[in-house]
Amino acid sequence: MNVTIVDYNSGNISSVINSFKEVAKDKVNIEVTSDLNKIKSSDKVVLPGQGSFKSCVDALYNISGLVDTLNEFAINIKKPLLGICVGLQMFADVGYEETETKGLGWISGKVSKIDNQNGKYKLPHIGWNQINIVKDSKIFNGINNNSHMYFVHSYEFVPDDKNVISATTDYSSNIVCSVEKENIFGTQFHPEKSDKTGLKIIDNFINL
Amino acid sequence: MLKNRIIPCLDVKNGRVVKGINFVDLQDAGDPVEQAKIYSDGGADEICFLDITASNENRETIYDVVEKTSKKCFVPLTVGGGVRSVDDINKLLNCGADKVSINTAAVQNPEVVIESSKKFGSQCIVVAIDAKRYEGGWEIFTHGGRNPTGINALEFASKMEKCGAGELLVTSMDKDGTQSGYDIELMKKISSSVNIPVIASGGVGTLDHLVDGIKSGASAVLAASIFHYGTYSVNEAKQYLASKDIPVRI
Repeated sequence: MNVTIVDYNSGNISSVINSFKEVAKDKVNIEVTSDLNKIKSSDKVVLPGQGSFKSCVDALYNISGLVDTLNEFAINIKKPLLGICVGLQMFADVGYEETETKGLGWISGKVSKIDNQNGKYKLPHIGWNQINIVKDSKIFNGINNNSHMYFVHSYEFVPDDKNVISATTDYSSNIVCSVEKENIFGTQFHPEKSDKTGLKIIDNFINL
Repeated sequence: MLKNRIIPCLDVKNGRVVKGINFVDLQDAGDPVEQAKIYSDGGADEICFLDITASNENRETIYDVVEKTSKKCFVPLTVGGGVRSVDDINKLLNCGADKVSINTAAVQNPEVVIESSKKFGSQCIVVAIDAKRYEGGWEIFTHGGRNPTGINALEFASKMEKCGAGELLVTSMDKDGTQSGYDIELMKKISSSVNIPVIASGGVGTLDHLVDGIKSGASAVLAASIFHYGTYSVNEAKQYLASKDIPVRI
């Protein structure tokens, strides 16, 4: 099996690579590439993302044909795809970080700044927070409700259809932190930095 | 609910841990990779490496340490010490650091903070502030606390927030190494004047000091000696905080 981590200059992805390689050991081949043919032929795709919504979307479009290839993979062929952090946020129709930017439009909704309640809450939301699992998601197989995950973000994905939400976390408000829509999975938290429980989520995705 | 973080810090010199603990099950007490792994297995919420390598020719050693550690530890890794440029930050991130802390360069050239937070995201840019009391407040120092700057710490903290820092690592130079507790007033003043998380550092000697640090408004507490010398384990520290009704990840 081939799992491809999309390398599209979206910032620092070494931790994502390290964690997937740790879980995959020799059983699964982990590719890190932006090669369209390799992405097309892989079994699963991981879409990481750091920095701003706009910078990540811009970086995707900077690689000619990449967005079309991802659309083909996730929407037409419907193979499993995992978005992490801004990788998840880009599923939305639109994001408002820096300036209004069109997203991939895979899961309708928007990405807006977390309400810090007039400075009562610090932003970014950094650190370990518990997840409330609200839907049976395949990537949560063996993960206890209220497990701790590592977060670092200032923007949140607000999907239109609440049925796609698989977990939320409590901060200044109830924040969507995981989604599942058919073959598309996303986590706002960083499984690659969430110690053993995070690695278990990666393992679940690899074993889908 | 967001938990308060406990961050053990390891001083690394020429690729080796300085002041390392002597765990019985540790094969090499000077190996930063092994020490970091012990901390992360023990429940550390993040790991911090402070590179205190003095000579330029040995500066490359930290990259190797970071690369090896990031393949073994799956909690966030912050690396600081001697970070001068956007290029240095890029190199550390590529080796597997999740955050980079910037001290002297942030004072001398705030453009480094602006540019790097735009390029890599605020989430990985930590500005380290070394502050010392004077009559009217706190002054920041650079070069590992050697050079006074005449800059007020509170003003600098706000400026760094505007430049794009994601977190502030605040060390009291008056308290550092004394084991008499954090400079609580400093932590209170800074964390209430900025909207980004503050990591309290400098002066921890007891577990109550960690409690005081969190109560001062800091989102995370950093400590070196009490963990280095095995006075307390990270887990003991967390259990103690929990017993004082401070939310921690256990």
